[in-house]
Amino acid sequence: MAAEELKTGPLEYRTQEGQMSIMGFWIFLGAEVVLFATLFATYAVLFGRTADAPLPSELFEPGIVLIMTFLLLTSSFTCGLAIHEMRRGSVKGLIFWMVITLALGLGFLGFEIYEFVHYAHEGATLQSSAFWSAFFVLAGTHGLHVTLGIGWAILLLIQIKQRGLTNVTSRKFFIISLYWHFLDVIWIFIFTSVYLIGMVI
Amino acid sequence: MHITDILVTGEPIIYGAMVSMALGGLAILFVLTYFKKWKWLWREWLTSVDHKKIGVMYILSALLMLFRGGVDAMMMRVQLAFPDLGFLNSQHYNEIFTTHGTIMIIFMAMPFLIGLMNIIVPLQIGARDFAFPYLNALSFWSFFFGMALFNISFVIGGSPDAGWTSYTPLSGAAMSPGPGQNFYLMGLQLSGIGTLATGINLMVTILKMRAPGMKLFHMPIFTWSTLVTCFIIVFAFPILTVALALLTIDRIFGAQFFTLTGEGLPMMWANLFWMWGHPEVYIVILPAFGIFSEVIATFAKKRLFGYNVMVWSMIVIALLSFLVWVHHFFTMGAGAFVNSVFSVSTMLIAVPTGVKIFNWLATLYKSKIEFTVPMLWSLAFIPSFILGGVTGVMLGMAAADYQFHNSYFLIAHFHYVLIAGTVFACFAGLVFWYPKMFGHKMNERLGRWAFWLFFFGFHVCFFPQYFLGLDGMPRRLFITNVAEWLPLNVISTVGAVGMALGFVVFVYNVYYSFRYSERETTGDSWNGNGRTLEWATTTPVPYYNFATVPYVDEIDPYVRMKEEGKTTFEEDEVKPIHMPSYTGQPFIFMALLGLASFGLIFEWMYLAVFGLIGGVVMMIRRSFDYDDGYYVSVEEIKETEKKARGL
Amino acid sequence: MKAKHLRNRWLGLLPLSLIFFLSGCGQLEMTVLNPKGPVAQSQYDLIVYSLWFMLGIIVVVFALFTYMIIKYRENRPGRKESDYDPNLHGNTTIEIIWTIIPVIIVILLSIPTVTTLFDLEKPPVPAAGEEEKEPLVVYATTADWKWFFSYPEQDIETVNYLHIPADRPIEFRLSSADSMSALWIPALGGQKYNMAGMMTTLYLEADEEGVYDGRNSNFNGEGFAAQTFKVYAESEEEFNAWAEEISNEAPELTAERYDELLAPGLTDVQSYSNTHLDYVKHHTREGMGYVVEKYREQFKEKLHLYEIEEQESFQ
Ligand code: HEM
Ligand SMILES: [Cu+2]
Ligand SMILES: [Cu+2]
Repeated sequence: MAAEELKTGPLEYRTQEGQMSIMGFWIFLGAEVVLFATLFATYAVLFGRTADAPLPSELFEPGIVLIMTFLLLTSSFTCGLAIHEMRRGSVKGLIFWMVITLALGLGFLGFEIYEFVHYAHEGATLQSSAFWSAFFVLAGTHGLHVTLGIGWAILLLIQIKQRGLTNVTSRKFFIISLYWHFLDVIWIFIFTSVYLIGMVI
Repeated sequence: MHITDILVTGEPIIYGAMVSMALGGLAILFVLTYFKKWKWLWREWLTSVDHKKIGVMYILSALLMLFRGGVDAMMMRVQLAFPDLGFLNSQHYNEIFTTHGTIMIIFMAMPFLIGLMNIIVPLQIGARDFAFPYLNALSFWSFFFGMALFNISFVIGGSPDAGWTSYTPLSGAAMSPGPGQNFYLMGLQLSGIGTLATGINLMVTILKMRAPGMKLFHMPIFTWSTLVTCFIIVFAFPILTVALALLTIDRIFGAQFFTLTGEGLPMMWANLFWMWGHPEVYIVILPAFGIFSEVIATFAKKRLFGYNVMVWSMIVIALLSFLVWVHHFFTMGAGAFVNSVFSVSTMLIAVPTGVKIFNWLATLYKSKIEFTVPMLWSLAFIPSFILGGVTGVMLGMAAADYQFHNSYFLIAHFHYVLIAGTVFACFAGLVFWYPKMFGHKMNERLGRWAFWLFFFGFHVCFFPQYFLGLDGMPRRLFITNVAEWLPLNVISTVGAVGMALGFVVFVYNVYYSFRYSERETTGDSWNGNGRTLEWATTTPVPYYNFATVPYVDEIDPYVRMKEEGKTTFEEDEVKPIHMPSYTGQPFIFMALLGLASFGLIFEWMYLAVFGLIGGVVMMIRRSFDYDDGYYVSVEEIKETEKKARGL
Repeated sequence: MKAKHLRNRWLGLLPLSLIFFLSGCGQLEMTVLNPKGPVAQSQYDLIVYSLWFMLGIIVVVFALFTYMIIKYRENRPGRKESDYDPNLHGNTTIEIIWTIIPVIIVILLSIPTVTTLFDLEKPPVPAAGEEEKEPLVVYATTADWKWFFSYPEQDIETVNYLHIPADRPIEFRLSSADSMSALWIPALGGQKYNMAGMMTTLYLEADEEGVYDGRNSNFNGEGFAAQTFKVYAESEEEFNAWAEEISNEAPELTAERYDELLAPGLTDVQSYSNTHLDYVKHHTREGMGYVVEKYREQFKEKLHLYEIEEQESFQ
């Protein structure tokens, strides 16, 4: 709780509180890695246990998934631009790129929901088989994270409107950017180890 | 489900529990109202973010749970010693051993240790509070409501009955319908969130808030054990979170992870559970090791032998603890090769553990041992724990484990490590730091009584169980129906009575000491033998902890401070201190999540959604909360310190 | 300081009592320590081998411990100045020694553990001079809370009791129709799990004729305590005669009858002149859900076993 403030360096790192929050968030991301790793392991173990439900190779289509991947990867890039603007001290730039990030995130979510509904129509639901349970929970957990991230970012956008760039607001944006990049990395794993492999086998 | 259906009825014990719970609750309400303490309770405790108060609340809850788990244990022991009484039927017994195990590990051992960490770790490193005091309060309330949820299952809805390991498919929706198992899942899930948050919180606190000059290898050993434990928490708890979530989704939303239908894989539960479960047993033993190290060094009046080795052995244990989970189901038929690998990794854990034992013994070498009560608990730990450790190694020899597994031999092993390790440490730590928390010591004479009763009771209770195991008595058996097993079971019950008496004396001692113990005047309560910074503060500790934080560049800094006449109140160095404000948000937030969990347990989705929305609202509220605390003025600090130090 | 002396004496008694119990001079005859077959024997050998090491460790630690707390207590009469060295805090040589010794012990324990583990995956080797016999295959299937033993060679099936020829390896093929259980006959050897959707193999052998206790050792719900069975180990001739008799006289196990038996609950001992193996394969992915799907409702009912010790099936 030291109140001393550094005079140089990125805003979010200037107070001890800021440094601690960022470190805490990194550790939290470590825990998140374990969480997703467990889900991936579950998925891998249950792979092939489709019972009477359709096989993944019958349902997974490259088109939609590629669009989703493109949306999320781009959003990660725009999120990076937002933080770049923040470092330059431009609230406007930050808001502009953050809104684009959110729009891309929403697009991703939209496609994901469409995809889930489509699978359900084809007879693959959470209840169909162990494999499909694992699939929906893994992809769904990622989707839920994206949803939470969007809600959270909206709150931060309101705050930056109200308060402008301070130690605290910049820290919050920095942290959400970490979160957003993390979700992107997770998605890349889902894309390769779930969709690509699922389409081939 | 109608409300009359959810109350568990028809059993005298349950009526008894309902009546005593209701009476106890009414009594508390009455006392609070009569003495006009509601405001006080809310302002001083429920909204507190002070690590010392939160620690006290953790310990009180843990003692309460020790009582509840102990009552469960006594009921089981009575049933096993007097099978003809028909005291408990099978279903009942199953519920009781399930709640006993779950409560003792999740709601007793862990919160007890986390409570001690809460109070002591910031003091040992010279910090004002935790890195995130708000989050700390959140952790406590999540544990608290998780605990409350788990406990009400006894009278509302029915207790879980599939063991604390909750193996599928038995614990799945098909074979364990109804809310009982959901209570287990949601109670653990809710409190698990708090544990994870505490792990992160303490890790940042230790890494970022140490006194100036204090390097990692200057930290007191208890703080080290906390840091290593937090590392295990952060990497193990998410696994539990996932496992519980998957089983919940199975049970409530019809997924097929662990089911026998839909090509589910029940074995996967055992794997996930123990990937968390084995690290978990080290989460509850490493802090215990830390406590023993502190107590032994203090009352041996000597530096801890092999400090660096002690630290490294904990780190090695932490890493190994993630690589041995299969030893809990060697009998699953994974094949000779897999079992061999896990046998060897399991036995390897005994090496760093053994090294620690020898270091403690060497600390006693050329020392001046003073037999205070905390020291008695710590000394008793060494020979007792060894018996648990060596049998652990025997269990780790997979080929032999085929005979030990699921038998009383295993029960004896883990009670030897958990009681002689964790529980002894909780008592040692509580008595040791009691003056720091409450401003007076616990009575020594009563303390000895409690110790000896518990110590002998413990050995008499659990030593015979090794032989019951070797005679083929399986665990979780509700009735002693083989004549040869009866005598040892009776002996075991006698021992359990001894432990219960020890606990009663201990609790009585809390009351007795509150009434009659001399109030502390110095902060260095144990005849000036304190070695680390927590003893440098006054007693009771001011809410801001340290008026001035000393510069530290060695192990056991307080020893030198005393030699040089330094204190944590260097009058001309006092600066205003920044403190976090109290807030009721964590309490309300977690109460809402508790409500949501309750809804899920009974599959009342409206309630669940309502609670969840409430939780989200609380999160939004927190996001907009820019209250960054207040400053304690220099005058106030000086005044407080002068009064406390009698200057 | 009276308390402490008392304590030392008591602590000294602990290892003594261990030896006392184990040497069998008490009245206790512990099953695991009285092996009646080669598998149990090899596990017994391993246990006893490890016990020597454990006793050694216990003796060393207890001795050091007792020495320390007697010699270095603060108010021991005749303490010398040299008995106190507050700054002694390490000694590399000794620390290396007490790290190496446990490592050596672990190695010494690992070697027989690993070899035994590999041996247990194969039928027990006959004693020197005896001929090697083909293992007798017995399918042991559990359903809450019963045991089904199917003898495909003899084409018979028993419920809740088991006959085996002595001096011949038995190859148990373990599976479960519902909850996870474990086959444990402590006199003959260690346990292994029975799981639905899987098949595990467990080799056991009796080298003495007699009646042994067997049970499910893995908790699986209300009837767990009652899921026991007797094992009759008899000579090859007696065994064949028994099998012959069952085959000729016992009723047929129809698919309907088998379904009835699968319902959760308890039954007494029974015999049948054919096996259930053609009806359902509980160890396959297709067959693993058979019972829960059929008896979903019955699993919700409670048995309330107050007086379980009076049950016929329960010894
Ligand atoms: C010397 C180190 C240790 C070794 C080699 C060891 C080994 C083992 C093994 C192999 C098992 C499984 C046995 C079976 O299920 O058949 C086991 C069970 C257990 N151990 Fe340990 N252990 C050690 C220390 C500890 C410690 C320090 C604790 C906790 C404080 C602990 C707590 C437990 C518990 C709770 C179980 C049983 C869980 C259950 O099935 O309900 N062990 N141990
Ligand atoms: Cu217990
Ligand atoms: Cu373990």
